[in-house]
Amino acid sequence: MQVLSYLIPISLALGGVGLLAFLYTVRSGQYDDPEGDSRRILSDEWDDHPKP
Amino acid sequence: MTAELRPPSAAACPGCLAAPVKPIEEAPKDARIALSLPGIHCQACISTVERELAATPGVQTARVNLTLKRAMIEADPDIRAVDLIPVLQRAGYEAHELDPGALQATQTDRAGRDLLMRLAVAGFASMNVMLLSVSVWSGASDATRDMFHWISAAITLPAIAFSAQPFFRNAWAALSVGRLNMDVPIVLAIVLALVTSLWETSLSGAHAYFDAALTLTFFLLAGRYLDYRTRAVARSAAEELTALEVPRALRLTADGTEEEVSVSALKIGDLIRVRPGGRMPVDGEITEGRSELDRSLLTGETVPVYAEPGFGVSAGEVNLTGPLTVRASAVGEDTSLHRIADLVAIAESGRSRYTSLADKAARLYAPGVHILSALSFAGWFLYTWDLRTALNIAAAVLIITCPCALGLAVPAVTTAASGRLFRKGMLIKHATALERLSQVDTVVFDKTGTLTAGTPELTNLGDHTSADLEIALALAEGSSHPLSVALTRAAREAGITPAKVSDLSEVPGFGTQGVWRGRQVRLGRAAWVGATQGVRTVAWLSVGEGEPHPFYFSDALRPGAAEAVAALQKSGKEVLLISGDTAGAVEALAQRLGIVKWVAEALPQDKAARIATLTDEGKKVLMVGDGLNDTAALAAAHVSISPASALDAARVASDIVLLGQDLSPIPDACDTAVKATRRIRENFRIATVYNLIAVPLAVAGLATPLIAALAMSSSSITVSLNALRLR
Repeated sequence: MQVLSYLIPISLALGGVGLLAFLYTVRSGQYDDPEGDSRRILSDEWDDHPKP
Repeated sequence: MTAELRPPSAAACPGCLAAPVKPIEEAPKDARIALSLPGIHCQACISTVERELAATPGVQTARVNLTLKRAMIEADPDIRAVDLIPVLQRAGYEAHELDPGALQATQTDRAGRDLLMRLAVAGFASMNVMLLSVSVWSGASDATRDMFHWISAAITLPAIAFSAQPFFRNAWAALSVGRLNMDVPIVLAIVLALVTSLWETSLSGAHAYFDAALTLTFFLLAGRYLDYRTRAVARSAAEELTALEVPRALRLTADGTEEEVSVSALKIGDLIRVRPGGRMPVDGEITEGRSELDRSLLTGETVPVYAEPGFGVSAGEVNLTGPLTVRASAVGEDTSLHRIADLVAIAESGRSRYTSLADKAARLYAPGVHILSALSFAGWFLYTWDLRTALNIAAAVLIITCPCALGLAVPAVTTAASGRLFRKGMLIKHATALERLSQVDTVVFDKTGTLTAGTPELTNLGDHTSADLEIALALAEGSSHPLSVALTRAAREAGITPAKVSDLSEVPGFGTQGVWRGRQVRLGRAAWVGATQGVRTVAWLSVGEGEPHPFYFSDALRPGAAEAVAALQKSGKEVLLISGDTAGAVEALAQRLGIVKWVAEALPQDKAARIATLTDEGKKVLMVGDGLNDTAALAAAHVSISPASALDAARVASDIVLLGQDLSPIPDACDTAVKATRRIRENFRIATVYNLIAVPLAVAGLATPLIAALAMSSSSITVSLNALRLR
C-alpha cells in the first residue's frame, strides 16, 4: 500500500492541472461563441496560413 | 431594461459624459461598432459577413459571434454603422445597429463566469472524491478506508465552501425573511452530510457522504448554470433590442446650427429638429415646418396625419415628409410614451400571481423532506437511543431526497426549448413564459405593425390608364413618403416608365407637384388636389383636368401572418383582432385572414379591458402587439409576444420577442411550449419515482453512500436526457 502515498498526490495534481486548464479557457473567453467556433472549424479559408 | 433609465454610456456617446454639448463626431479613435445580424446561421454566413466587412475601406477587424448573432467591428472613427449596414444588405443579410454601451453588461459577463468556476471546482472535486469512494465501496478497510475518508474530507470541505456559496446565500436570504425555498433543504442536506461524515470519519466509521455532498453541489450548480445561460442569452438579446433604439436627437442651438445630443440631455423648451423618417424624441409642439406624421405605433391608425406649426406631437410618432422643428414640452420620463407605464403597472399586477411549476413543486417538496428527515431521526433515536445512528439516517434521507433532479428538471427543459425557439427567431425573455404559453387558448392580435408590416401596398393599379400611371410614377419618384415609395414599387413592377414631368417639387405635408405638358399635376392629400377624404388610405392624382384619381393602399401583410393565423385556428385556438385603426381597414384585414371576431377603434384602455374580460371568462390569452397602445394589453395578457420592430415600451412589457420579420414561428412556439411543459412534468415524475424507491431504503437505514450516489446520478442523468429530447 506504499504506492498510494505517491499515487494519490500524483492523481490529484493531474486533476488540478485539468482544473487550471479549464479555468484558463473560461477566463480567455473560449466559451463565448460555442456555435460559431463549432462552425468556423469547417471553413477552409485560413487553412494554409493563420488569419493575420 | 429601458434605455432611458440608463446614464449615457461612454461607448455609445463619449461626448455625453464629459461635455454634453460636444457633437457625437468626436468619438475615440477606434470606434467600436456592433451590428445585430438576425439572419446568420451557418459557417458560410460567418465567412461572407467577415469578408464583406473586412473588404470595406476603413474597417480594421470584424468578428462574428454566431451564438449571439452579432458582429463586432473595429473601424476608423469616420465609419458609422449606417455605412456598413448597406454592405451587408447587399450580401443578403439583415443588419441593425447596436449601441455598444448597452451591450457591455453581457460582454463582461462576470456572474456567468463566476458560476462556471464554481461548477468547474465542484466537478473536479467530486470526480476525485468519487474515485476515492469507489475504492472504499469496493472493499478498502481499516486504515486505508480512514485515510481515503480523510483525503476526501480535505478535498470536500474547501470545495464546498467555495462552490456551494450561491446556495448558502439564497438559503440565508430566504430564512432571514422567514420563508422556505428550494435552497434550504439543499443547504441542510449538504451541511448535515458533511457534519455526520466528519463525525463518522473521526470515529473510523464505514459510511461517509463526502462524495454525495459534492455530486449534489455539482448537479445543482449545473442546473443553475443552464438556467443562468438561458436567461443571459435572452437578456443580451433584449439588451440588443434596447440598443437599437434611437438615443440621439438634433438640437438647435441659439445661433441656429444643429448639434447631435443624447435624448437624455434634452430639456423642456429645447428646439429639436426632426428629419423626415425620424422618430419624435419628445412631446412638444411644432414651431416650424409642415409634414405628415405616422402615429401607427401609438394609436394603430395607418392614415398619416397632417402636421403644421402649432400642432402637438407625442414622442414615438414618425415624421414622414418635411423637416420639422419641435419645441419640447415634456422630455424623458414625462413623455406620453412613458406615462403608459402606469397602465402597464396596473395590468401587470394580475400576472405576477402566476406560480411556476418549479415553485409549486418546491412548496410541496421542501417541508415534506424536512418532516420526513426529522421523523426518521426521531424514530431511530427513540428506537436505539443512539444519536450517531439516528443522525446518520437523517442525513441519508436528506441526501437521497435532495432535489438534485428537481433542480435540473426545469432548467434543462427551458434551456432546450429556449434554444430551439431562439434558432427559429424567438426570444424567451421571461422565465415562466414557456409554461404560460403552453396554456394559451385565445390569441389576440394587434393589426398595424403586427399582422401588417407597416408598409403600404397599392391595391388598385389596374383601375388607372397607363398615361395616369406614368404621371403618378414620375411624381411619386420625387418623394420618399411611404405611399409614394409603395406606388413607385408597384408601378415599376408593372413595367410602367415615368412620364416627363418638369419642375418637380415636394410640398411637405401635402404631396408632390410638377408640370406635365404645360399643365400642373399633383399627387397628394385629398384636400390639396380637390377631392374629399375618405376612411381608406389613399393618395390622389390630379392631372389638371377632370376628377382626381384615387390610388388606394392597404397595409402589406407581414410575412407568415396568414400562415400563423391559420395554424393557430387549426390547433383550436380562438383568434381575435383588436386594433386602434378605423373599422373599414380592420374589417378588410380580418376578412383577408379569416378572423371572425374583430374590434376596431380601440383605445389602449379598451384593449387592456378586453383582455381582462377574456381573462375573467377563464381564457388564457396570448397577446401579440407592437405599439404603445398595445403595451397595457401586453402586460395584462397571460403571456405576450411583440415583434422586434415594436417600441421599447412594448417589448419590455412582453414575455417573448420575435426577432425576425416572420410571424409563422408563433404557432410553432405554442407547440414547443406544450411539449416543454409536458417534459417538465415528466421530469418531476421521474425524480419522484427515484425518490419513492430510494427513500424507504434510507428511512429503513439500509441506504449506503453507494445507493445515494447511484440514485442521485441516475435520476439527474435521466432527467437531462429527457429534456434533450426536445431539441
